[in-house]
Amino acid sequence: MTMTPHVDVRGLCVTVRAPDGSPLRIVDNVSFAIPRSEVLALIGESGSGKTTIALSLMGYARGGARISGQITVGEATLDGAGDKGLAAQRGHRITYVAQSAAAAFNPSRRVIEQVIEPALIHGTATDAQARARAVELFAALALPNPQTIGSRYPHELSGGQLQRLMAAMALITRPDLVIFDEPTTALDVTTQVEVLQAFRKVVREQGATGVYVSHDLAVVAQMADQVLVLNRGTVREQNAVRAVLEAPADDYTRTLLAAAQPVLKTVVPVAVKPAPLLSISGIHAGYGSIDRQGRPAHPVLSDVSLTVPRGGAVGVIGESGSGKSTVARVVAGLLAPTAGEVVLDGQTLAASLSERGREELRRIQIVFQNADVALNPAHSVGDILGRVLRFYHGMSGRAATARVAELLDLIRLPSAVAGRRCDELSGGQKQRVNLARALAANPDVILCDEVTSALDTVVREAILDLLAELRRDLGVAYLFISHDIATVKALCDEIVVLYKGTRVESGQSGTYNAPPYHPYTDLLISSVPELRTDWLSGVGPKATPQLGAVTDDAGLCRFLPRCPVAIAGRCDTSPPPLRLMDAGNAVLCHRTESELAH
Amino acid sequence: MSGAPSVSAWRGPIRLVGKRIGLALITLLLVSAVVFTISGLLPGDAAQEVLGQGATPEQVAALRHEMGLDRPAAVRYFEWLAAIAAGDPGNSIVANKPVADIISERLPNTLTLAGLTTVFAVPFAFLVGIWSAVTRGRATDRSLNIMTLAMVALPEFLVATIAVMVFSVKLLWLPSITIVPQDPTLGEFLRAYALPVMVLGVGVIAQLSRMIRAAIIAELDRPYVEMARLKGVSQARLIVRHVLPNAVGPIANAMALSLSYLFGGAIIVETIFSYPGLASLMVNAVTSRDMPLLQACAMIFCAAYLLLVLIADTVAILANPRLRQG
Repeated sequence: MTMTPHVDVRGLCVTVRAPDGSPLRIVDNVSFAIPRSEVLALIGESGSGKTTIALSLMGYARGGARISGQITVGEATLDGAGDKGLAAQRGHRITYVAQSAAAAFNPSRRVIEQVIEPALIHGTATDAQARARAVELFAALALPNPQTIGSRYPHELSGGQLQRLMAAMALITRPDLVIFDEPTTALDVTTQVEVLQAFRKVVREQGATGVYVSHDLAVVAQMADQVLVLNRGTVREQNAVRAVLEAPADDYTRTLLAAAQPVLKTVVPVAVKPAPLLSISGIHAGYGSIDRQGRPAHPVLSDVSLTVPRGGAVGVIGESGSGKSTVARVVAGLLAPTAGEVVLDGQTLAASLSERGREELRRIQIVFQNADVALNPAHSVGDILGRVLRFYHGMSGRAATARVAELLDLIRLPSAVAGRRCDELSGGQKQRVNLARALAANPDVILCDEVTSALDTVVREAILDLLAELRRDLGVAYLFISHDIATVKALCDEIVVLYKGTRVESGQSGTYNAPPYHPYTDLLISSVPELRTDWLSGVGPKATPQLGAVTDDAGLCRFLPRCPVAIAGRCDTSPPPLRLMDAGNAVLCHRTESELAH
Repeated sequence: MSGAPSVSAWRGPIRLVGKRIGLALITLLLVSAVVFTISGLLPGDAAQEVLGQGATPEQVAALRHEMGLDRPAAVRYFEWLAAIAAGDPGNSIVANKPVADIISERLPNTLTLAGLTTVFAVPFAFLVGIWSAVTRGRATDRSLNIMTLAMVALPEFLVATIAVMVFSVKLLWLPSITIVPQDPTLGEFLRAYALPVMVLGVGVIAQLSRMIRAAIIAELDRPYVEMARLKGVSQARLIVRHVLPNAVGPIANAMALSLSYLFGGAIIVETIFSYPGLASLMVNAVTSRDMPLLQACAMIFCAAYLLLVLIADTVAILANPRLRQG
């Protein structure tokens, strides 16, 4: 190893123009160095400047921002390199893996053309050499059919595959520096493990120097050697990853660490035998035209049942495609189920929204993941809440103003926020307003659809605490939908696990602390990265037993193709029974309690 | 690379395009009914027009009977439809010769004018649209915007008049009416067409370049463009290899709209430059109540429009891998 660092950044500042025209530093005097073949993680909340710093390593600034300071990567000095000089570095000596590969690949060109493009435009390889190297990288990244996968178009590939293909594109020119910008944030936990393992293997094999941008300390712990903790564009702490995890020197680092494992301060007493408030039973639902047997063209949910007690919190968990959001849509009446019923307080609700009465609508409110989309940016917070008050309670004038102030107090925002427009608020504040909009109706139950998924860990913890407080103080019940088992365990009394539209497990939150649980639940829990550096090496993809060709029979276990403990001759021939475990959780599996316990 | 696509890979797009063709045929049928009905509603009729104001009602009725105008509308419609489908739109009542002959005299003229204007205006529009899009918000873009807006806003007769004043009256460079000599040399040919093509082109360039600009800007904001820049892709390659393939759909549709205008909307240019094209033929047919000719012209314009839109849709389907793979 040479004495001079491979990447050297000194006094980096990035300046944008504030709305009033004055210059505003979003990155302020950041310096760091990375030795060859090491990975530095940039970690912080959104707005910490981590992506801005990463992009400035390519001399690239979004939206007309200005970069100043000294940036050296390998032999090249980037400051003052000019557009031509920078273009020669980008995609050649310094490469980039974007957060959402699904959006960053050009939809109308074949993947292979895009993967080898950097090598061709920078002249590092002939077409044939580049294709050969791409296939090698595809294989190294554990992509299926490395010879032919490149000839597909982006829409034919999954998010996890595209993310790995993008890594191949970044490595094709054997760069000095690879920048990973939150490359697994958009993926399911189970996919994230596979992608992280592929990345780590290939980064080590290639001896690449890397910058890894993330808000997730546990992910960073697997990927990085050094960590740079950022807050509002300044460096809070820089140290080896183990030191940061075990002995954080800065308060802000400690906040981040604490938020990584949500533990709620608010304790909600649970009634011994709570009365059922909302129950759905035998729900079948899907999208597309409905055939003569009453089955939709694209079935999503099959025979899903669950009960939310009065004042209770029930979590629904599963990966994308599990149908968890469809459950909320069915309960809210946005999607009429093809079979089954939704019962609120003993009364069966009409299947579709238009046939439900206003009072029924009021009692069930839904809060969506993305407050940016759900709240009209042209309206003030007062307007948004006032509209709900007028619609459901006929309130107006002074009474409405007073109630708006009360609601804002409930969600811990100053009453002055009522006069502000939503686009002037931060992400966390917007999500609070989104929640207040639901509370304004005085609902019995709130359907929370991934309400914390788009938030940073620190903000997420605050919102979860708020949800617990509201439940304790107002007695409102939650149907809480999330892909994050840690969040669900922190907030909910009871958890339902969905896999491809079937309920594979249900039970009290406590039963998810230790086996026995369903093999899929086991996969979900073991895929959540832990705050130790050796975690990723310990989780291997378990081999799935060889089974004969399985017909797509609705009765069989849906998890069968991925199940590591499937029993040939049983799981592929008969539907799994629902087993009640000693701890009280019900598991849909052929395996017995003692077999599932380890 | 994948090998040649198998037959089944084309089933999706063939089905989609087939559907579009079917829809176009149905539209054409509906249009024929509308054209036939509307032309029947025009005040006066051909018999009246032929005989003049002095004719007695008996004379008019006799001629109407002779021309078959007194039979039920439905009968006449289906007869006409069958004839026009067989390629014979009947006889011109006024000129007393087959409509097909009259149209075949004029159609090449219109096609030549439209073709020349397309060749001149489309590359120009691409240039302006792309240049404007990549300099978005800067001085170049703003001046191009003002220019194209002014060009859209200027009425055609004004552009034509100014062009004639400048190039024919003052500079004496170009003829003010378009007469193409027999067996022209290339120079004569281009000189004859220069002014009408310029005037028609102004409108097409202005509209098309604005739509191309909008289509490209919509693409430039997408994440794959930033990714391409971070790969070190040059500006030219970015536009040609990354952006344009994704903007083909909207651009093809914008072109279909602009070019269909060249077909039927060139009336002012044809009149000012005394150019014998289809648009002026149709206007003459209206004023002389020459229904067979009017109906044939209307059907040709409509068919041309539907054909252009069909081509645009097909191009858009073939350019989009999702649609292409059905």
